[in-house]
Amino acid sequence: MALRRRRRPRPVLSAPVPGGGLPPPSELELGRRAWRRRRARRSTLVALASTLVFAVVAYVAVTSSPGWPRVQATFFSPSAALESLPDIARGLVVNLQVLVVGGLLVLVAGLGTAALRTLRGPAWAPLRILATVYVDLFRGVPLIIVLYLVGFGFPALGLQGVPTSPFVLGTAAIVLVYSAYVAEVFRAGIESVHPSQRAAARSLGLTHRQTMRIVVLPQALRTVTPALLNDFVALQKDVGLISVLGAIDAVRSAQIQVGQTFNFTPYVVAGLLFVLLAVPSARLADAVTARARRRQQSGSLL
Amino acid sequence: MSVLELRGIVKAFGANVVLRGVDLAVDEHRVVALIGGSGSGKSTLLRCASLLETVDDGQVLLDGEDVTDPRADADRVRRRMGVVFQAYNLFPHLSVLDNVTLAPTVVHGRSRSEAAEEARALLDRIGLGDKAAEYPDRLSGGQQQRVAIVRALAVRPRVLLLDEVTSALDPELVGEVLALVREVAAQGMTIVMATHEMGFARQVADTVAFLDGGVLLESGPPAQVLGEPQHPRTRQFLRRVIDAGRL
Repeated sequence: MALRRRRRPRPVLSAPVPGGGLPPPSELELGRRAWRRRRARRSTLVALASTLVFAVVAYVAVTSSPGWPRVQATFFSPSAALESLPDIARGLVVNLQVLVVGGLLVLVAGLGTAALRTLRGPAWAPLRILATVYVDLFRGVPLIIVLYLVGFGFPALGLQGVPTSPFVLGTAAIVLVYSAYVAEVFRAGIESVHPSQRAAARSLGLTHRQTMRIVVLPQALRTVTPALLNDFVALQKDVGLISVLGAIDAVRSAQIQVGQTFNFTPYVVAGLLFVLLAVPSARLADAVTARARRRQQSGSLL
Repeated sequence: MSVLELRGIVKAFGANVVLRGVDLAVDEHRVVALIGGSGSGKSTLLRCASLLETVDDGQVLLDGEDVTDPRADADRVRRRMGVVFQAYNLFPHLSVLDNVTLAPTVVHGRSRSEAAEEARALLDRIGLGDKAAEYPDRLSGGQQQRVAIVRALAVRPRVLLLDEVTSALDPELVGEVLALVREVAAQGMTIVMATHEMGFARQVADTVAFLDGGVLLESGPPAQVLGEPQHPRTRQFLRRVIDAGRL
């Protein structure tokens, strides 16, 4: 918690007075600033106190509960954590691979689907409808069901050339579902670009595709970056679901150890590792969102 | 032969018929000012002429070629016209220089250095050479609109269509934009402009055309249309403009 709010320098709205900077603040303004400072200090103190009280109450309630020693031994055993860490970390590498490969494929497939959905004209109707059906379908189905259908259904076909690796099939299922979400994010971004931008581009003689590539998409991307990063954070934890197909990832490694020792600490370890993975992305998403907002509202108060 | 000729243009948006058969011929090096109240169809006529809207009937001829023929390549036709919009419509994610060089490089295939050199020369001439690397949101409305005019000129159009280019500007910025339009006209550019600036139309236009309810009621030299309007609707419109202190 930040105890003192840092002040970002505000752009000077009025033209600088010749021969001097800002005039010295008046009594009135000084009074207002002092009042705001007092109030900010009081709010901070109240927040700090209530957080402390809550933390203490929660700690006491949990540790004094009758089952706590048992829970501590089964879920928070330091020795079990240390022992399981190497295997889980190795498994996490698999998750990271799915994340990177899947993330890139999702971007491409999502953008492609969004582009199909924005096509106008009767000639494109079949592709447009196909893209719409795809988005509706895969946004509706729970990811775990898609994982089962793709992961167990495809190999069962027995077709030559169909991959059977849970890594590949799991990634495919995740890409199928996330591309549908990301396509909608992209589509919202494309539609947020004002039609006058398109008119300006077309009036210069740019074709539909050139207009899309040079004028619309760059502006759309800027708008949707925060939303995309948010979906990326969600993807980071959902890659753990490929374990249901038998891929030896972080979750599966933890599960194996739990099965051997009947101690649940490995799950906590795996969970913590996922959180550690998500925190930087979440902060990045916050920063990008804040920057976008600042750019839109530069100069205004609210 | 006229550079741009509109024949019986009809345009409707749903049940709302905006243009009811408009004829207008614009000869080379001439300036035509379209006047009329809001909703009279001025902007729609320009959007039809620049093929940003599909006409519901009638023809647009550019250098005698029927460009409303569905077999005509609209993208190729638009390259030969320049359009400037009321709200400037500069590309906010591109620098001033890139806004101007975009069409010459991407559409006309000119080399980047050549296009940039030409763009810089144009920007220098309108006194915005030092803004070439800036982004549009750092410019005043008047500066943005002048860049938009330069952007339209950079494709060396046969005709320049100006859609109320000063209507979104603060009064003190109108002058700099009109000065540029005047200069462009003096250099012989063929121009069709929708405008509320009657004084400017009187000075610069060769022809003033009065649109009312989607019909071209009256057109002729400015002294005639603005000085001795024949049609009662024109007289009524001009009286309102005078009452509002705009003439």
